[in-house]
Amino acid sequence: MMEVCGSGIVNLREFGCEQSLLSRPDGSASFIQGDTSVLAGVYGPAEVKVSKEIYDRATLEVLIQPKVGLPGVKERSQEQSVRETCEASLLLSLHPRSSLTLVLQVLHDDGSLLSCCLNAACMALMDAGLPMSCLFCGVTCAIDTAGQIITDPTATQEKESRALMTFAIDSTEHRVMMSSTKGSFSVHELQQCIAVSQKASEKIFQFYRDSVRRRYSKTL
Amino acid sequence: MVSGLKEKVGEVLLPGDEFCFEAEDTISLTEQVKPEKVVCGPGLRRSGDRLLVCKSGVLRHKQPNTFWIDSQQRRYVPVKGESVVGIVTAKSGDVFKVDFGGSEQASLSYLAFEGATKRNRPNVQVGDLVFAQFLIANKDMEPELVCIDGSGRANGMGVLAGGGLLFRVSLGLVRRLLAPHSKIESDLKQLFPCELVVGMNGRVWVHSCSVQQTLIIANLLQSCDTMTAAQRRELFRRVQQGVL
Repeated sequence: MMEVCGSGIVNLREFGCEQSLLSRPDGSASFIQGDTSVLAGVYGPAEVKVSKEIYDRATLEVLIQPKVGLPGVKERSQEQSVRETCEASLLLSLHPRSSLTLVLQVLHDDGSLLSCCLNAACMALMDAGLPMSCLFCGVTCAIDTAGQIITDPTATQEKESRALMTFAIDSTEHRVMMSSTKGSFSVHELQQCIAVSQKASEKIFQFYRDSVRRRYSKTL
Repeated sequence: MVSGLKEKVGEVLLPGDEFCFEAEDTISLTEQVKPEKVVCGPGLRRSGDRLLVCKSGVLRHKQPNTFWIDSQQRRYVPVKGESVVGIVTAKSGDVFKVDFGGSEQASLSYLAFEGATKRNRPNVQVGDLVFAQFLIANKDMEPELVCIDGSGRANGMGVLAGGGLLFRVSLGLVRRLLAPHSKIESDLKQLFPCELVVGMNGRVWVHSCSVQQTLIIANLLQSCDTMTAAQRRELFRRVQQGVL
Protein backbone atom coordinates (compact mmCIF):
# COMPACT_ATOMS: atom_id res chain seq x y z
CA MET A 1 0.00 0.00 0.00
CA MET A 2 3.06 2.21 0.17
CA GLU A 3 3.05 4.95 -2.39
CA VAL A 4 5.61 7.52 -3.24
CA CYS A 5 5.37 11.05 -4.60
CA GLY A 6 8.37 12.48 -6.42
CA SER A 7 9.58 16.05 -6.15
CA GLY A 8 8.37 18.83 -8.46
CA ILE A 9 8.51 22.61 -8.52
CA VAL A 10 8.49 23.09 -4.76
CA ASN A 11 11.33 20.86 -3.75
CA LEU A 12 10.09 18.25 -1.29
CA ARG A 13 11.83 15.00 -0.64
CA GLU A 14 10.00 11.85 -1.66
CA PHE A 15 7.23 11.11 0.78
CA GLY A 16 5.14 8.05 1.45
CA CYS A 17 2.41 6.92 3.81
CA GLU A 18 0.67 3.78 4.98
CA GLN A 19 -2.62 3.75 6.90
CA SER A 20 -4.02 1.25 9.44
CA LEU A 21 -0.87 -0.83 9.62
CA LEU A 22 -1.15 -1.57 13.34
CA SER A 23 -3.80 -3.95 14.64
CA ARG A 24 -4.28 -2.70 18.21
CA PRO A 25 -4.86 1.08 17.93
CA ASP A 26 -8.12 2.52 16.56
CA GLY A 27 -6.21 4.39 13.89
CA SER A 28 -2.61 4.27 12.77
CA ALA A 29 -0.36 5.61 10.04
CA SER A 30 3.28 5.80 9.17
CA PHE A 31 4.67 8.78 7.30
CA ILE A 32 8.03 8.94 5.58
CA GLN A 33 9.73 12.08 4.25
CA GLY A 34 13.07 11.20 2.70
CA ASP A 35 14.85 9.36 5.49
CA THR A 36 12.68 10.82 8.25
CA SER A 37 10.07 8.36 9.39
CA VAL A 38 7.33 8.57 12.04
CA LEU A 39 4.78 5.99 13.15
CA ALA A 40 1.52 7.25 14.68
CA GLY A 41 -1.21 5.47 16.63
CA VAL A 42 -4.54 6.93 17.81
CA TYR A 43 -6.67 5.51 20.61
CA GLY A 44 -10.14 6.85 21.22
CA PRO A 45 -12.72 8.10 21.95
CA ALA A 46 -12.01 6.04 25.08
CA GLU A 47 -12.68 6.24 28.79
CA VAL A 48 -11.04 9.19 30.52
CA LYS A 49 -9.52 9.61 33.96
CA VAL A 50 -11.73 11.75 36.20
CA SER A 51 -8.87 14.19 36.82
CA LYS A 52 -8.47 14.84 33.08
CA GLU A 53 -12.16 14.88 32.18
CA ILE A 54 -13.47 17.98 30.40
CA TYR A 55 -17.23 18.24 30.53
CA ASP A 56 -17.84 19.72 27.08
CA ARG A 57 -15.11 18.23 24.89
CA ALA A 58 -12.67 15.37 24.52
CA THR A 59 -9.27 15.43 26.19
CA LEU A 60 -6.48 15.10 23.65
CA GLU A 61 -3.13 13.75 24.75
CA VAL A 62 -0.12 13.67 22.42
CA LEU A 63 2.98 11.63 23.22
CA ILE A 64 6.16 11.76 21.15
CA GLN A 65 8.59 8.92 21.71
CA PRO A 66 12.15 9.57 20.51
CA LYS A 67 14.12 6.88 18.69
CA VAL A 68 16.35 6.27 21.70
CA GLY A 69 16.05 7.33 25.32
CA LEU A 70 13.26 9.04 27.19
CA PRO A 71 11.23 12.03 25.97
CA GLY A 72 12.78 15.31 27.12
CA VAL A 73 12.07 19.03 26.91
CA LYS A 74 12.37 19.09 23.11
CA GLU A 75 9.77 16.34 22.70
CA ARG A 76 7.47 18.12 25.17
CA SER A 77 7.53 21.29 23.11
CA GLN A 78 6.86 19.32 19.92
CA GLU A 79 4.02 17.51 21.67
CA GLN A 80 2.46 20.84 22.54
CA SER A 81 2.74 22.10 18.95
CA VAL A 82 1.15 18.94 17.57
CA ARG A 83 -1.56 18.88 20.23
CA GLU A 84 -2.64 22.44 19.63
CA THR A 85 -2.78 21.87 15.87
CA CYS A 86 -4.87 18.72 16.30
CA GLU A 87 -7.19 20.45 18.76
CA ALA A 88 -7.83 23.17 16.20
CA SER A 89 -8.79 20.77 13.44
CA LEU A 90 -10.66 18.09 15.41
CA LEU A 91 -14.30 18.58 16.41
CA LEU A 92 -13.65 17.64 20.03
CA SER A 93 -17.04 18.83 21.25
CA LEU A 94 -18.71 15.86 19.53
CA HIS A 95 -17.14 13.46 22.04
CA PRO A 96 -17.38 15.12 25.45
CA ARG A 97 -15.95 13.37 28.54
CA SER A 98 -13.74 11.02 26.58
CA SER A 99 -10.05 10.79 25.87
CA LEU A 100 -8.08 10.72 22.65
CA THR A 101 -4.48 9.60 22.78
CA LEU A 102 -2.07 10.13 19.92
CA VAL A 103 1.28 8.37 20.18
CA LEU A 104 4.01 9.34 17.72
CA GLN A 105 7.04 7.08 17.58
CA VAL A 106 10.05 8.54 15.81
CA LEU A 107 11.63 5.79 13.72
CA HIS A 108 14.35 7.87 12.12
CA ASP A 109 15.19 11.57 12.24
CA ASP A 110 16.80 13.10 9.17
CA GLY A 111 15.47 16.65 9.45
CA SER A 112 11.92 18.14 9.24
CA LEU A 113 10.85 15.93 12.14
CA LEU A 114 8.06 18.17 13.39
CA SER A 115 6.41 18.41 9.98
CA CYS A 116 6.65 14.65 9.56
CA CYS A 117 5.01 14.22 12.99
CA LEU A 118 2.18 16.54 11.94
CA ASN A 119 1.60 14.66 8.70
CA ALA A 120 1.63 11.28 10.44
CA ALA A 121 -0.76 12.63 13.09
CA CYS A 122 -3.22 13.87 10.46
CA MET A 123 -3.22 10.57 8.59
CA ALA A 124 -3.70 8.59 11.82
CA LEU A 125 -6.58 10.81 13.01
CA MET A 126 -8.23 10.41 9.63
CA ASP A 127 -7.75 6.64 9.80
CA ALA A 128 -9.40 6.53 13.23
CA GLY A 129 -12.46 8.20 11.70
CA LEU A 130 -12.53 11.07 14.18
CA PRO A 131 -14.64 14.06 13.16
CA MET A 132 -12.44 16.87 11.79
CA SER A 133 -13.34 20.28 10.45
CA CYS A 134 -10.34 20.30 8.12
CA LEU A 135 -7.10 18.48 7.47
CA PHE A 136 -3.66 19.86 8.22
CA CYS A 137 -0.13 19.24 7.06
CA GLY A 138 3.30 20.29 8.26
CA VAL A 139 5.97 21.94 6.12
CA THR A 140 9.47 22.79 7.30
CA CYS A 141 11.51 25.58 5.65
CA ALA A 142 15.16 26.36 6.28
CA ILE A 143 16.95 29.56 5.28
CA ASP A 144 20.62 28.91 4.55
CA THR A 145 23.47 31.39 5.03
CA ALA A 146 23.10 32.64 1.44
CA GLY A 147 19.41 33.48 2.08
CA GLN A 148 18.03 30.61 -0.01
CA ILE A 149 14.84 28.93 1.18
CA ILE A 150 15.03 25.14 1.36
CA THR A 151 11.77 23.27 1.89
CA ASP A 152 11.81 19.95 3.71
CA PRO A 153 15.52 20.13 4.71
CA THR A 154 17.63 17.15 5.74
CA ALA A 155 19.44 17.05 9.08
CA THR A 156 22.68 18.43 7.58
CA GLN A 157 20.82 21.23 5.79
CA GLU A 158 19.09 22.07 9.08
CA LYS A 159 22.43 22.25 10.87
CA GLU A 160 23.93 24.61 8.26
CA SER A 161 20.85 26.84 8.13
CA ARG A 162 20.48 30.31 9.63
CA ALA A 163 16.79 29.94 10.45
CA LEU A 164 14.37 27.03 10.64
CA MET A 165 10.58 27.28 10.53
CA THR A 166 7.79 24.73 10.66
CA PHE A 167 4.23 25.62 9.72
CA ALA A 168 1.00 23.68 10.04
CA ILE A 169 -1.32 24.57 7.16
CA ASP A 170 -5.04 23.81 7.00
CA SER A 171 -6.65 22.24 3.95
CA THR A 172 -9.66 24.51 3.43
CA GLU A 173 -8.15 27.99 3.25
CA HIS A 174 -4.43 27.14 3.30
CA ARG A 175 -3.91 29.32 6.34
CA VAL A 176 -1.20 28.92 8.97
CA MET A 177 -2.49 27.02 12.03
CA MET A 178 0.75 26.72 13.94
CA SER A 179 4.27 27.98 13.51
CA SER A 180 7.46 27.01 15.25
CA THR A 181 10.62 28.95 14.43
CA LYS A 182 14.29 28.89 15.36
CA GLY A 183 17.07 31.36 14.40
CA SER A 184 16.90 34.91 13.05
CA PHE A 185 15.10 36.10 9.93
CA SER A 186 13.39 39.19 8.57
CA VAL A 187 9.63 39.74 8.24
CA HIS A 188 9.96 39.50 4.48
CA GLU A 189 11.70 36.14 4.73
CA LEU A 190 8.97 34.85 7.05
CA GLN A 191 6.28 35.83 4.58
CA GLN A 192 8.21 34.21 1.76
CA CYS A 193 8.53 31.01 3.75
CA ILE A 194 4.79 30.99 4.49
CA ALA A 195 4.03 31.42 0.78
CA VAL A 196 6.38 28.57 -0.13
CA SER A 197 4.86 26.34 2.57
CA GLN A 198 1.35 27.05 1.31
CA LYS A 199 2.40 26.00 -2.16
CA ALA A 200 4.03 22.85 -0.82
CA SER A 201 0.94 22.04 1.26
CA GLU A 202 -1.21 21.73 -1.87
CA LYS A 203 0.99 18.90 -3.00
CA ILE A 204 0.77 17.14 0.35
CA PHE A 205 -3.03 17.48 0.45
CA GLN A 206 -3.25 16.01 -3.05
CA PHE A 207 -1.12 13.14 -1.81
CA TYR A 208 -3.47 12.66 1.19
CA ARG A 209 -6.40 12.42 -1.20
CA ASP A 210 -4.68 9.93 -3.48
CA SER A 211 -3.61 7.66 -0.64
CA VAL A 212 -7.06 7.66 1.00
CA ARG A 213 -8.64 6.96 -2.40
CA ARG A 214 -6.32 4.01 -2.86
CA ARG A 215 -7.22 2.75 0.60
CA TYR A 216 -10.94 2.78 -0.15
CA SER A 217 -10.52 1.45 -3.70
CA LYS A 218 -11.59 -2.04 -2.59
CA THR A 219 -14.94 -0.90 -1.22
CA LEU A 220 -15.87 1.50 -4.05
CA MET B 1 -26.60 21.52 -4.42
CA VAL B 2 -28.27 18.11 -4.41
CA SER B 3 -27.12 17.51 -7.95
CA GLY B 4 -23.59 18.51 -6.94
CA LEU B 5 -23.70 15.99 -4.13
CA LYS B 6 -25.16 13.26 -6.35
CA GLU B 7 -22.27 13.67 -8.77
CA LYS B 8 -19.87 12.79 -5.97
CA VAL B 9 -21.70 9.64 -4.83
CA GLY B 10 -19.30 6.72 -4.76
CA GLU B 11 -16.26 8.96 -4.61
CA VAL B 12 -13.81 9.32 -1.75
CA LEU B 13 -14.18 12.55 0.23
CA LEU B 14 -11.91 13.99 2.91
CA PRO B 15 -12.63 16.17 5.97
CA GLY B 16 -12.81 19.80 4.94
CA ASP B 17 -14.56 19.19 1.62
CA GLU B 18 -17.72 21.23 1.37
CA PHE B 19 -20.82 21.72 -0.75
CA CYS B 20 -22.84 24.90 -1.03
CA PHE B 21 -26.59 25.20 -1.15
CA GLU B 22 -27.16 27.53 -4.05
CA ALA B 23 -30.25 29.69 -3.93
CA GLU B 24 -32.66 29.27 -6.81
CA ASP B 25 -32.29 32.22 -9.15
CA THR B 26 -35.48 31.70 -11.09
CA ILE B 27 -38.82 30.92 -9.56
CA SER B 28 -41.17 28.85 -11.64
CA LEU B 29 -44.69 30.28 -11.65
CA THR B 30 -46.49 27.45 -13.39
CA GLU B 31 -45.44 24.40 -11.38
CA GLN B 32 -45.06 24.17 -7.65
CA VAL B 33 -41.46 23.69 -6.60
CA LYS B 34 -40.92 21.81 -3.39
CA PRO B 35 -37.71 22.75 -1.60
CA GLU B 36 -35.42 19.72 -1.53
CA LYS B 37 -34.56 18.52 1.93
CA VAL B 38 -31.23 16.81 2.40
CA VAL B 39 -30.77 14.30 5.21
CA CYS B 40 -27.20 14.09 6.50
CA GLY B 41 -25.93 10.80 7.86
CA PRO B 42 -22.66 10.00 9.64
CA GLY B 43 -19.66 12.01 8.49
CA LEU B 44 -21.65 14.97 7.16
CA ARG B 45 -22.49 18.18 8.99
CA ARG B 46 -24.76 21.09 8.19
CA SER B 47 -23.46 24.57 8.83
CA GLY B 48 -25.77 27.32 7.66
CA ASP B 49 -26.14 26.87 3.90
CA ARG B 50 -23.07 24.68 3.61
CA LEU B 51 -22.62 20.94 3.92
CA LEU B 52 -19.30 19.93 5.45
CA VAL B 53 -17.57 16.57 5.34
CA CYS B 54 -15.95 15.61 8.65
CA LYS B 55 -14.77 12.02 8.05
CA SER B 56 -12.81 10.44 5.27
CA GLY B 57 -14.62 7.78 3.28
CA VAL B 58 -16.91 7.01 0.38
CA LEU B 59 -20.03 9.14 -0.13
CA ARG B 60 -23.18 7.02 -0.27
CA HIS B 61 -26.70 7.97 -1.26
CA LYS B 62 -30.17 6.58 -0.62
CA GLN B 63 -33.37 7.74 -2.26
CA PRO B 64 -34.64 10.36 -2.10
CA ASN B 65 -32.12 12.65 -0.44
CA THR B 66 -30.17 10.81 2.24
CA PHE B 67 -26.40 11.05 2.14
CA TRP B 68 -23.71 9.65 4.39
CA ILE B 69 -20.01 8.84 4.49
CA ASP B 70 -19.07 5.17 4.59
CA SER B 71 -15.78 4.95 6.47
CA GLN B 72 -13.62 2.17 7.85
CA GLN B 73 -13.11 2.68 11.54
CA ARG B 74 -12.51 0.47 14.52
CA ARG B 75 -13.83 2.43 17.50
CA TYR B 76 -17.57 2.25 18.02
CA VAL B 77 -19.65 5.31 18.89
CA PRO B 78 -23.14 4.39 20.18
CA VAL B 79 -26.21 5.31 18.15
CA LYS B 80 -29.80 4.98 19.39
CA GLY B 81 -31.53 1.84 18.18
CA GLU B 82 -28.40 -0.04 17.12
CA SER B 83 -27.81 -3.56 18.44
CA VAL B 84 -24.50 -4.45 20.03
CA VAL B 85 -22.79 -7.39 21.71
CA GLY B 86 -21.58 -6.37 25.18
CA ILE B 87 -19.86 -7.95 28.15
CA VAL B 88 -21.38 -7.55 31.61
CA THR B 89 -18.64 -6.11 33.83
CA ALA B 90 -20.43 -5.29 37.07
CA LYS B 91 -23.68 -5.78 38.97
CA SER B 92 -24.66 -2.84 41.12
CA GLY B 93 -28.12 -2.81 42.70
CA ASP B 94 -30.68 -2.92 39.95
CA VAL B 95 -28.45 -2.16 36.93
CA PHE B 96 -25.72 -4.08 35.16
CA LYS B 97 -22.72 -2.29 33.67
CA VAL B 98 -21.99 -3.42 30.13
CA ASP B 99 -18.79 -2.88 28.19
CA PHE B 100 -19.55 -2.51 24.48
CA GLY B 101 -16.23 -1.07 23.29
CA GLY B 102 -17.22 2.59 23.40
CA SER B 103 -15.89 5.47 25.45
CA GLU B 104 -17.89 4.61 28.57
CA GLN B 105 -19.83 1.66 29.91
CA ALA B 106 -23.55 1.38 29.29
CA SER B 107 -26.15 0.57 31.93
CA LEU B 108 -28.61 -2.26 31.51
CA SER B 109 -31.57 -2.49 33.90
CA TYR B 110 -32.51 -5.91 35.26
CA LEU B 111 -36.11 -5.15 34.27
CA ALA B 112 -35.13 -4.74 30.62
CA PHE B 113 -35.28 -8.47 29.88
CA GLU B 114 -38.21 -10.45 28.53
CA GLY B 115 -40.43 -11.67 31.33
CA ALA B 116 -38.42 -9.96 34.06
CA THR B 117 -40.27 -8.57 37.06
CA LYS B 118 -39.16 -7.33 40.47
CA ARG B 119 -39.72 -10.84 41.83
CA ASN B 120 -38.40 -12.72 38.84
CA ARG B 121 -34.87 -11.40 38.21
CA PRO B 122 -33.02 -12.51 35.08
CA ASN B 123 -30.05 -14.79 35.61
CA VAL B 124 -27.14 -12.61 34.44
CA GLN B 125 -23.63 -13.04 35.82
CA VAL B 126 -20.58 -10.82 35.52
CA GLY B 127 -18.68 -11.89 32.39
CA ASP B 128 -21.79 -12.92 30.45
CA LEU B 129 -22.29 -11.75 26.88
CA VAL B 130 -25.47 -9.86 26.11
CA PHE B 131 -26.99 -8.88 22.79
CA ALA B 132 -28.88 -5.65 23.38
CA GLN B 133 -29.97 -2.44 21.68
CA PHE B 134 -29.48 1.17 22.68
CA LEU B 135 -32.44 2.92 24.25
CA ILE B 136 -30.43 6.04 25.05
CA ALA B 137 -27.31 6.97 23.10
CA ASN B 138 -26.43 10.59 23.54
CA LYS B 139 -23.01 12.15 23.68
CA ASP B 140 -23.81 13.96 26.93
CA MET B 141 -25.46 11.08 28.78
CA GLU B 142 -24.60 7.58 29.91
CA PRO B 143 -25.77 5.13 27.23
CA GLU B 144 -28.54 2.72 28.23
CA LEU B 145 -29.13 -0.73 26.78
CA VAL B 146 -32.28 -2.88 26.77
CA CYS B 147 -32.79 -6.52 25.84
CA ILE B 148 -36.43 -6.09 24.79
CA ASP B 149 -38.09 -4.33 21.87
CA GLY B 150 -40.95 -1.85 22.07
CA SER B 151 -43.55 -4.54 22.73
CA GLY B 152 -41.61 -6.24 25.54
CA ARG B 153 -40.44 -9.20 23.44
CA ALA B 154 -36.85 -10.46 23.48
CA ASN B 155 -36.73 -10.64 19.66
CA GLY B 156 -33.41 -12.48 19.65
CA MET B 157 -31.83 -10.27 22.30
CA GLY B 158 -30.66 -11.31 25.74
CA VAL B 159 -27.80 -13.33 27.22
CA LEU B 160 -25.70 -15.31 24.73
CA ALA B 161 -25.25 -18.65 26.42
CA GLY B 162 -24.14 -22.14 25.49
CA GLY B 163 -20.54 -21.71 24.39
CA GLY B 164 -19.62 -19.99 21.15
CA LEU B 165 -16.79 -17.64 20.33
CA LEU B 166 -16.57 -13.84 20.46
CA PHE B 167 -14.19 -11.95 18.17
CA ARG B 168 -13.76 -8.49 16.71
CA VAL B 169 -13.96 -7.32 13.12
CA SER B 170 -13.93 -3.81 11.64
CA LEU B 171 -17.10 -1.72 11.71
CA GLY B 172 -17.11 -1.59 7.91
CA LEU B 173 -17.31 -5.38 7.67
CA VAL B 174 -20.13 -5.47 10.22
CA ARG B 175 -22.16 -3.07 8.12
CA ARG B 176 -21.50 -5.18 5.03
CA LEU B 177 -22.58 -8.31 6.94
CA LEU B 178 -25.80 -6.72 8.18
CA ALA B 179 -26.77 -5.14 4.86
CA PRO B 180 -29.92 -6.63 3.38
CA HIS B 181 -29.14 -9.50 0.97
CA SER B 182 -25.53 -9.60 2.21
CA LYS B 183 -23.37 -11.75 -0.07
CA ILE B 184 -20.87 -12.61 2.69
CA GLU B 185 -23.59 -13.94 4.96
CA SER B 186 -25.26 -16.07 2.30
CA ASP B 187 -21.90 -17.46 1.15
CA LEU B 188 -21.03 -18.37 4.74
CA LYS B 189 -24.42 -20.00 5.31
CA GLN B 190 -23.85 -22.29 2.36
CA LEU B 191 -20.46 -23.28 3.73
CA PHE B 192 -21.28 -24.03 7.38
CA PRO B 193 -24.55 -24.00 9.27
CA CYS B 194 -23.95 -21.77 12.28
CA GLU B 195 -25.47 -19.29 14.71
CA LEU B 196 -24.11 -15.83 14.05
CA VAL B 197 -24.75 -12.75 16.21
CA VAL B 198 -23.38 -9.53 14.73
CA GLY B 199 -23.21 -6.42 16.88
CA MET B 200 -22.84 -2.99 15.30
CA ASN B 201 -19.88 -2.42 17.64
CA GLY B 202 -17.72 -4.83 15.64
CA ARG B 203 -18.15 -7.80 17.95
CA VAL B 204 -19.30 -11.04 16.39
CA TRP B 205 -20.39 -14.13 18.28
CA VAL B 206 -20.35 -17.47 16.48
CA HIS B 207 -21.70 -20.81 17.62
CA SER B 208 -21.61 -23.94 15.49
CA CYS B 209 -21.65 -27.69 15.97
CA SER B 210 -17.92 -28.12 16.61
CA VAL B 211 -15.06 -26.02 17.97
CA GLN B 212 -13.12 -26.57 14.76
CA GLN B 213 -15.91 -25.18 12.59
CA THR B 214 -16.37 -22.21 14.90
CA LEU B 215 -12.68 -21.34 14.59
CA ILE B 216 -12.78 -21.68 10.79
CA ILE B 217 -15.77 -19.33 10.59
CA ALA B 218 -14.04 -16.80 12.85
CA ASN B 219 -10.88 -16.89 10.75
CA LEU B 220 -12.83 -16.61 7.50
CA LEU B 221 -14.77 -13.57 8.69
CA GLN B 222 -11.68 -11.83 10.00
CA SER B 223 -9.90 -12.33 6.71
CA CYS B 224 -12.95 -11.06 4.73
CA ASP B 225 -12.10 -7.60 6.08
CA THR B 226 -9.35 -6.92 3.59
CA MET B 227 -10.61 -8.92 0.62
CA THR B 228 -12.46 -8.00 -2.53
CA ALA B 229 -15.59 -9.96 -3.46
CA ALA B 230 -13.73 -12.09 -6.02
CA GLN B 231 -10.96 -12.99 -3.56
CA ARG B 232 -13.57 -13.92 -0.97
CA ARG B 233 -15.46 -16.24 -3.33
CA GLU B 234 -12.19 -17.91 -4.26
CA LEU B 235 -11.30 -18.45 -0.59
CA PHE B 236 -14.77 -19.83 0.25
CA ARG B 237 -14.59 -22.14 -2.75
CA ARG B 238 -11.26 -23.53 -1.60
CA VAL B 239 -12.56 -24.06 1.94
CA GLN B 240 -15.56 -25.89 0.54
CA GLN B 241 -13.33 -28.22 -1.44
CA GLY B 242 -11.36 -28.90 1.70
CA VAL B 243 -8.09 -27.52 0.36
CA LEU B 244 -7.58 -25.27 3.37
